[in-house]
Amino acid sequence: MTTKSPGKIHVTTTINGQEHELLVPPYMSLLDTLRELIGLTGTKEGCLDGNCGACTVSVDGRIVDSCLVLGAEVNGKNVDTVEGMATAEGLHPLQQAFLEEAALQCGICTPGFLVAAKGLLDNEPSPTEGRIRHWLAGNLCRCTGYDKIVRAVQKASS
Amino acid sequence: MHPFAYVAPTTVAEAVAVLTEHGDRARPLAGGTDLLVKARANAWELDAVIDIKNIPELMTLSVNGDGLSIGAGVPCYQVYDNSDVVAQYPGIVDGASIIGGIQVQSRAGLGGNLCNAAPSGDGIPALIAHSAVAHIANSSGTREVAVEDFCTGPSRTVLEAGDLLVSIEVPKPAANSGAAYTRFIPRNEMDIAVAGVGVYVVLDDSGQNFVSGRIALASVGPTPILASEAGDSLAGKPVNDETIAVAAALAKNAATPITDMRGTVDQRKQLVEVLTGRMINKAVERARG
Repeated sequence: MTTKSPGKIHVTTTINGQEHELLVPPYMSLLDTLRELIGLTGTKEGCLDGNCGACTVSVDGRIVDSCLVLGAEVNGKNVDTVEGMATAEGLHPLQQAFLEEAALQCGICTPGFLVAAKGLLDNEPSPTEGRIRHWLAGNLCRCTGYDKIVRAVQKASS
Repeated sequence: MHPFAYVAPTTVAEAVAVLTEHGDRARPLAGGTDLLVKARANAWELDAVIDIKNIPELMTLSVNGDGLSIGAGVPCYQVYDNSDVVAQYPGIVDGASIIGGIQVQSRAGLGGNLCNAAPSGDGIPALIAHSAVAHIANSSGTREVAVEDFCTGPSRTVLEAGDLLVSIEVPKPAANSGAAYTRFIPRNEMDIAVAGVGVYVVLDDSGQNFVSGRIALASVGPTPILASEAGDSLAGKPVNDETIAVAAALAKNAATPITDMRGTVDQRKQLVEVLTGRMINKAVERARG
């Protein structure tokens, strides 16, 4: 069953509403699958060990660190990334709020914060500040922009 | 990272067959939040990972008259989102709620926390305090191991080549019982325990006396520790500051921490005493309802 060069895995998955058929190396992360096989480079690589949340995506409606998921694991699942947030009509309310509140500096952490915050607001439209801070504890911003990020999420909540 | 094969069996027997074939060069993949980090760091060189999340009995969380059954692959969020678990097992929920952030809790579970066998595993002390039992399958059958006996050292467990953790079974809590877990960390979230304490107590019908107690410690020894003398000291004693202080001092004595970047021996022992007192009081509060 296993050899020195294990065979690729056939994966059918829906990414941002669009079905993809992929041949994924069995040890390739979902992060690399998105960035290198599909070309969706909005999802960022940070720490590669689950501390920073820069690679946050949503799988079947739950936010995960895509560096700690294998591409092979998303067979049959729905994956949503930052590229799926804006529509033809315009930016997602969270993206608009991040712009208006200047909730980013270098921007590397931003896709992860946006996807994580969307995961919160999709289920809890009016979270408290404490709830927002707790929910986003798995996302790090090294430009130390947390206050502005939290204000932006509050602005986008109803 | 050493290239590994990915297999996704749908039965325990298939998973055990792959584990048996590869020995320690194969590992079950539940949430991946430890496995993929260790594989990437080349701490583990694997030929195969076995995704257990398509095996129904490993993904089942159920509460019934016998107690709580937690499939080995059930992620933390399902534990703390389950209203029956929240109502009956708040100490276990305390632990499941603080393992990593939300992203990690979407994937990581108590089964993986136990198999990872970190001394600091926040999910483990409350399971020990609740007298939980690990159900293990291999090619010759199944066996049960008390959770307090499961971890044998840092990253070491009773699991042998070909063994698969299937579920963690937690007995139904006694009447007038309560449980709680907390840890000390220098941050608010996303950190590894400097010390952690889990407590389960049973009170009499008056709520004024302890019938029994179990106390378990994290991050103050090579494995999570059942502080037997501390828990046993509660039995038959009135619920008061003196009883609780005696148990807390015994828990402190049971701690065998090391000094490292997170804390010193003295600080950790002191923390165990303080946290044990707080968690007994919290468990009593919950027992009284």
